[in-house]
Amino acid sequence: MSTVVVDERPAHLTRLTKSVRSWLPAAVVFATGLVSWQWLLPDVAGIESFLLPRFSDVMDALWTERDALRTGAWITFKEALGGLLLGSVAGIAGALALARWRPLGSALMPYFIAANAVPVIAFAPVTNAWFGTLSPWSKIVIAAVLCFFPVLVNTLRGLTSVHPSSIELMHSYAASERATFWKLRIPTSMPFVFTALKVAAVLAMIGAVVGDFFGGSTEALGVAIQSSVALSRYEVAWAAILVASLLGIVLYSGVALLERFLIRWLPAARDD
Amino acid sequence: MTTPETVVSLAGVTKTFPKGGVTAVQDIDLDVGRGEFISLIGPSGCGKSTLLRIVGDLVSPSAGTVSVNGKPAARARLDRDYGIVFQAAVLYDWRTVTKNIALPLELLGWNRTTRRARVAEMLELVELTGFERHYPWQLSGGMQQRVSIARALSFEPALLLMDEPFGALDEMTRERLNLELLRIWAETGSTVIFVTHSISEAVFLSTRVVVMSPRPGKIAGVVPIDLAQPRGVTTREDPRFFEHVTSVRELLHAIGADSIEPTLVEGFE
Amino acid sequence: MRGVVKRVGTGVAVLAALCGLYTGYRWLWMTTGWTWPFVVDDITMPSLDSIVGALFDPVQTDGQTLLSLLVESSLFTAREAALGFAMGSIVGFALGAVIARFVVLQRGLMPYVVASQTIPILAIAPMVVVGLGNIEIGGWTPTDWLRVSVISAYLTFFPVTVNTVRGLQSADPRAVELMRSYASNEWGIFWKLRLPSALPYLFGAFRVAATASVVGAIIGELPSSIQDGLGGAIINFNQYYVLNPQNLWATNLVAAALGIAFFLVVVAVERLVVHRPPERFA
Repeated sequence: MSTVVVDERPAHLTRLTKSVRSWLPAAVVFATGLVSWQWLLPDVAGIESFLLPRFSDVMDALWTERDALRTGAWITFKEALGGLLLGSVAGIAGALALARWRPLGSALMPYFIAANAVPVIAFAPVTNAWFGTLSPWSKIVIAAVLCFFPVLVNTLRGLTSVHPSSIELMHSYAASERATFWKLRIPTSMPFVFTALKVAAVLAMIGAVVGDFFGGSTEALGVAIQSSVALSRYEVAWAAILVASLLGIVLYSGVALLERFLIRWLPAARDD
Repeated sequence: MTTPETVVSLAGVTKTFPKGGVTAVQDIDLDVGRGEFISLIGPSGCGKSTLLRIVGDLVSPSAGTVSVNGKPAARARLDRDYGIVFQAAVLYDWRTVTKNIALPLELLGWNRTTRRARVAEMLELVELTGFERHYPWQLSGGMQQRVSIARALSFEPALLLMDEPFGALDEMTRERLNLELLRIWAETGSTVIFVTHSISEAVFLSTRVVVMSPRPGKIAGVVPIDLAQPRGVTTREDPRFFEHVTSVRELLHAIGADSIEPTLVEGFE
Repeated sequence: MRGVVKRVGTGVAVLAALCGLYTGYRWLWMTTGWTWPFVVDDITMPSLDSIVGALFDPVQTDGQTLLSLLVESSLFTAREAALGFAMGSIVGFALGAVIARFVVLQRGLMPYVVASQTIPILAIAPMVVVGLGNIEIGGWTPTDWLRVSVISAYLTFFPVTVNTVRGLQSADPRAVELMRSYASNEWGIFWKLRLPSALPYLFGAFRVAATASVVGAIIGELPSSIQDGLGGAIINFNQYYVLNPQNLWATNLVAAALGIAFFLVVVAVERLVVHRPPERFA
């Protein structure tokens, strides 16, 4: 017999006001941003077109170049996805191994944190030397390296941050280490893993685009951005940037959706 | 000294924690017979929770012997001779009520049909039928504790260890759960060791109340409770109830339980 | 004292093991001639001693050693990164504080704060750096390294904002009620309660921001043809990679060291400022 207080207003109305209240402010900001982009910044503030072309110009360029951008988007998206998968699998595998052999984990942890500090961009020329400038693998590896450490560190933290009482409970059942691992540690770490995956999704996209900057297939997004800037075609550059940004959001949302599906048991979803 | 009727036997049990050198319990001698309901009561720092964990082989004693069901405590734990209920329900957020109760059964390797049948029985026992697919966060504190009890009993252990299970609940829920616990105890015929710091709860539930004194934890006295069984709402109005409560309270006062010296947090390492 | 020795000892041991791993891998792949995942030779994986040796070789005809060049570049980049870190943190904190205060703003702005991080800054860096070079405030134009700091600040402000919001809102509601019972106004609650509760979260963000600011500074330098920093060094050595791969590898190691140094500074300050009960891991 639960003692939940029931809301008096009709259910559908409450839901409507709630959802409107949640996305209205963002929509207002979006509209304001759009207006500024189109009129405020160029006309009032005098921002030069090479810094930020008018919104309509960028939209035009987006339309005219849509084929090239679409091909580029697909190429870069595949690189990012590949990097995300590779980096995440490696990160999770690493965390599982380190959770097993705990002293190794704590000894290596400072190195992981430090390794995260390395500007991976500096690594791009090296991967180009390894796999060849035109190969997608040089970008995939960069994206993977960007993803690896956040996923590793967070998964490890999830695997080791179990409540002592829960462990005691398992001991009282004389559960084997393996059973404790599968039935307790893994489910506990799921939220941590997904937080890391969301960050990794965005990083993978950035890694793929940035990897392109050091050379790649002529149609890839990053290369498109760079060549457009070199040719002073700033509207095209910004159009490509928009596409890249959108892809990042798509990848992020994909992971968020997967999370919603797999971790249905989490109480009120907290916005990240 | 252990007879088939003795479920738990403690002899000279002492526990000193290496960190800080705190002696939690010292020279504990206690025998618990089959079907008894024993309460451990005492001020903070008297080691009652530690003692419970020693019986459950979750903490190993520095000295003395512990036997459960005639075996050493470690063996009893591996044979899963007892179920334990903590103050926090310790339910797993990602499992439904059904799956939470089934957890020990899964570990024991029961197949799905038998598991499902047993879970249904347990839900009936704690009167939570209909909540099979709920998640812990959807339940009130009292309901979560009932799931925790159902889980502890699901594999029918002869011994039930409870560490202040109702401590976090309000008085009315607590009284109601006390009645339910007694009913379950009668139905299953199990032996219970119950840690509490509520005098009335200890007297209401137990066949014997063990009073412990702190620093180091020792048994100060044992008060047998001879109130009629089965106990119910009217038991609390029985004048002899009041007498027993007074005996326990006086024993606690005698060991200085009304002083307010600060005590260190007990560690369970 | 013994703990420090143990920690340093483990650190050295791990470092030695990593070097051993690298050299071992290199030796094995070169001896067997395996080509997967990539061919191993002196160009793709220069030997460790050649990298160290390159540090002490003159890098240009003017005779400056690579090491001294890299140290100079690091200081240059460090200045940009430090300024970027400071700017990004201040802006991030202010923005976070405002967002935490007004829930409406949180719903309105947070999606864009998050989305802003999906924009590959390397792409917009040239425009920002060049564009800022055209502003004039009373006859003063930001110098090139100041503009790079802006890029660095951009990478810093996101984690700081997110964690400021979370940290300021993390105060126990009952603690807030207690303050109200003392008739404290919102400012008082902010300074005495919310801000101290937010410090652990803030420092978590600072750790991330420390390394992000270095990355941002290097990225900012790349397209703007600033020669003096690590980014410039990377571009240079990238061009001549096939001739002298050791130079690029050495630069990468120095860049890593710089990032780590920033991180360690944050950790040291955190030790002094934040008194946190040790985390309990099971």
